[in-house]
Amino acid sequence: MLDRTAHNVAIGAGVVGSDLPIRLTGVDYRAGTVSILCGIDLEISAGLPTVLLGPNGSGKTTLLKLVMGLIAPTAGTITYNGRERPTPGSRAFVFQKPMMLRRSVAANVAYALKAAGRRPDRLEIARLLAEVGLAGMEDRPARKLSGGEQQRLALARALAREPEVLFLDEPTASLDPASTKAVEDIVARVARSGVKIVMTTHDLGQARRLASEVVFLAKGRLIERAPAEAFFTQPATDEARRFVAGELVL
Amino acid sequence: MEASSALELILTGDATLFAIVRLSLLVTLSATFFAALIGLPLGAIVALTNFPGRHAVIVVLNGLMGLPPVVVGLLVFLLLSRSGPLGPLGLLFTPTAMVIAQTVLITPIIAALSRQVIEDLWTEYREELMAMEVGPLTRVKTLLWDARYSLVTILLAGFGRAAAEVGAVMIVGGNIENFTRVMTTTIALETSKGNLPLAIGLGMVLITLIIFVNALAWAVRRWSEAHAG
Repeated sequence: MLDRTAHNVAIGAGVVGSDLPIRLTGVDYRAGTVSILCGIDLEISAGLPTVLLGPNGSGKTTLLKLVMGLIAPTAGTITYNGRERPTPGSRAFVFQKPMMLRRSVAANVAYALKAAGRRPDRLEIARLLAEVGLAGMEDRPARKLSGGEQQRLALARALAREPEVLFLDEPTASLDPASTKAVEDIVARVARSGVKIVMTTHDLGQARRLASEVVFLAKGRLIERAPAEAFFTQPATDEARRFVAGELVL
Repeated sequence: MEASSALELILTGDATLFAIVRLSLLVTLSATFFAALIGLPLGAIVALTNFPGRHAVIVVLNGLMGLPPVVVGLLVFLLLSRSGPLGPLGLLFTPTAMVIAQTVLITPIIAALSRQVIEDLWTEYREELMAMEVGPLTRVKTLLWDARYSLVTILLAGFGRAAAEVGAVMIVGGNIENFTRVMTTTIALETSKGNLPLAIGLGMVLITLIIFVNALAWAVRRWSEAHAG
């Protein structure tokens, strides 16, 4: 792996009570006999958004789920600021196709607040919905929302957890440009508020718009990690060069 | 001729006919309540837990959905008869025995169908609830609540099955007049005696009841699709 990030020198410089940095050491993930991820060494530090970039099937979603703790690595270790277990409630995850509870929009947010141990206060629900542009839709059945609205509701549920790290798995993969822009604006705003964003995408344009740091994956391996500008202007590996040039990386 | 007499019995509020209808509803609603109390948690546990022999339990539960009512009646009869293990309770030939028989009959239906519904929903919700760090008890509550409309439909299916069965209640209830005589057993008896107006009248009520229950299930589903998604 080629690593050119400046903050990598600050290994182990975590803040007490924080889950960051998240460090992966020699992480493998296999599904049966198929190797999905192999030998991943990575550190996710506090700061601006990290984008996991790569073609379909490169292992981006699996890596995100591993870091979130939804699945366990087959080999290797993941630590959260040096601890084996993350702090409960410190992370939130938005899926590519978020599941909507069979309740109203407001009840979905209320559920997330309760799950995070917070009081499902009406004003707080209204504030969260306003933050994602769903004000006035409190009573709508969540499953009747459009794809873009559902994704924004998923973001509101994630923000209800007041996370330190927000993981986003291709949050705009099936959205039209207008909905994509709405979601990206929210993500950028959340990132500016100090929440660490870690998101996957295979969309180069989106990575250029949102990323501060790019982690490039291909065929289950971490190929390159670099500040976004350096990655897009001077990719250091052949795979990254071809991917940035729009060629097929199989 | 018999049909008009039957209609007259219904329209004039015949006391015998309505006493039978009342007892039938009481027995069947009680059985549905107890079967729900056992079947819904059982279905949830089988859906959400992994234990040795789980697949065998699922196969048995699914198989028991087709339990013949007469066999259930026979088993409950043997349990409650004077020489049976529960004989000292003196429940044989009482409405309680009929409730027990119907509960045994429909519990596997409710458990097996709710297991399927909850398992399907769990597949859909699993990662999201894990990401929200929701505990096991809250997961069960969430799944039962979000599957509520499907579960109501399942309960109504159980109710329909219990209301329409005749074999089990005939064996354990004894079809005693003014005590354990319900709609289905009365229809069987009165038809054999040639008293067709009462049999037809009860048949009309039974069919109306079953259609009403099914209409209710359909309405619940429609409403849920419109309001909860």
